[in-house]
Amino acid sequence: MADIAEKVKGIIVEKLGVDAAEVTTEASFTNDLGADSLDTVELIMEFEKEFNVSIPDDQAENIQTVGQAITYLEENAK
Amino acid sequence: MKSFKRVVVTGIGALTPIGNNVPEYWEGLKNGVSGCDHITRFDAEKFRTRIACELKNFDITKFIPRQDARKMDMFTQFGIVASDEAIIDSGLDLEKIDKNKVGVIWGSGIGGLKTFEDEMIYFGKGDGTPKINPFFIPKMIADSASGNISIRHGFRGPNYVTVSACSSANNAIIDAFNYIRLGRINICVTGGSEAAVTIASVGGFTAMRAMSERNDDPKTASRPYDKDRDGFVVGEGAGALILEDYDHAIARGAKIYAELIGGGFSSDAYHITAPHPDGYGALLSMQDALDDAGIKPEEVDYINTHGTSTPLGDPQELKAIVDCFGDHAYKMNISSTKSMTGHLLGGAGAVEAVACILAMQHNLVPPTINHFTEDPEVDNKLNLTLNTAQEREINVALSNGFGFGGHNATVIFKKI
Repeated sequence: MADIAEKVKGIIVEKLGVDAAEVTTEASFTNDLGADSLDTVELIMEFEKEFNVSIPDDQAENIQTVGQAITYLEENAK
Repeated sequence: MKSFKRVVVTGIGALTPIGNNVPEYWEGLKNGVSGCDHITRFDAEKFRTRIACELKNFDITKFIPRQDARKMDMFTQFGIVASDEAIIDSGLDLEKIDKNKVGVIWGSGIGGLKTFEDEMIYFGKGDGTPKINPFFIPKMIADSASGNISIRHGFRGPNYVTVSACSSANNAIIDAFNYIRLGRINICVTGGSEAAVTIASVGGFTAMRAMSERNDDPKTASRPYDKDRDGFVVGEGAGALILEDYDHAIARGAKIYAELIGGGFSSDAYHITAPHPDGYGALLSMQDALDDAGIKPEEVDYINTHGTSTPLGDPQELKAIVDCFGDHAYKMNISSTKSMTGHLLGGAGAVEAVACILAMQHNLVPPTINHFTEDPEVDNKLNLTLNTAQEREINVALSNGFGFGGHNATVIFKKI
């Protein structure tokens, strides 16, 4: 499971160009990490690709923070 | 009726296959350097053409953070780099000028072709589910170059990209010229860029037999006016000009390179790719530009031709020059700097406008390199500035750009 968290953080660092230290569990993509709406869509797509899952739009709307992403993927990743 | 304002060039930028900034570009131009080599942008092994004029030692992250750069196609990245150089060169104080009166009118023949290809190749490898990246559209659309330049600097005037194939940048320059001389804006960032060393571009142009296939000798592949020319060599990069209302430039004590005195255009209305056999569209475009400038043909000292190194296009443009200028055609200097830079398509007019301005500044005509054998189809009594640069007092320089679709556009600069 720690593996998923590390991969999620790695994707966020890569796509948003932020320091790893900023990518805390509580950090919000838009409010804390500078993501705009397109960045957020891209992040969800990257999670889907990396973890081989399909995240429905209504679920994706609830993934606003690093922690929410990790939790969702820990529960749904294949 | 209001009288037209005068328009001057107060800044220039260049990112080219023979130099990554204006000083390097001029070194390449005056020394007759070829920018052509084997293609590295993709695996071209199975392509008829495996050569191109690519940028050398260019790393976008030295100019833009990687994070921003990845949301731009290369043609936009190139545009950012060249326009940054031109803005800095102009000495504009961005804190003091009225940014609502600054436009960005850019040229690109294609836009984000690599972005388009990459996304569609990725799609094609999938199961038909469209997992399209959300940055795909804003990276790919041709107007993203002007959009990104304006966002970078906060320029809120007219903003768009002209698309007329290989005359795109000349059309952009003329549009910018018009807005300023009408008094609608004070300043315009203009020019053009292209990043079309890609599989679709090289594959497509070779299918038309438009590209040189001199793969065994890339440095001499772009050889306008030579008997053995066999097509153009695609180039990549960008050129940028800061055009400014003359009074505005004087008021802020700006350095002035030249005055833009005329812009002309025409359409061949003949064939979607072949130039008019009599060069009629080219003639109309040059005549229109001379009329607009209000000068006599005899005042033009130098023509930077479209001269792409294709069998058909080169002699027809020269015929049009003779038709337009008469005996004076034999007294002026003519050269194709595409012999060095390759053909930057929608960016060509921009880097060639910069070449004209530098030629005037240095009173030195950059050469048409790679001339080995006279072609009976070419009027060899013309001074095509073959192989080495020639010193000449240049007061007026004219630059042609012609594009697939039959578009022709001509700009004329004058020393001030």
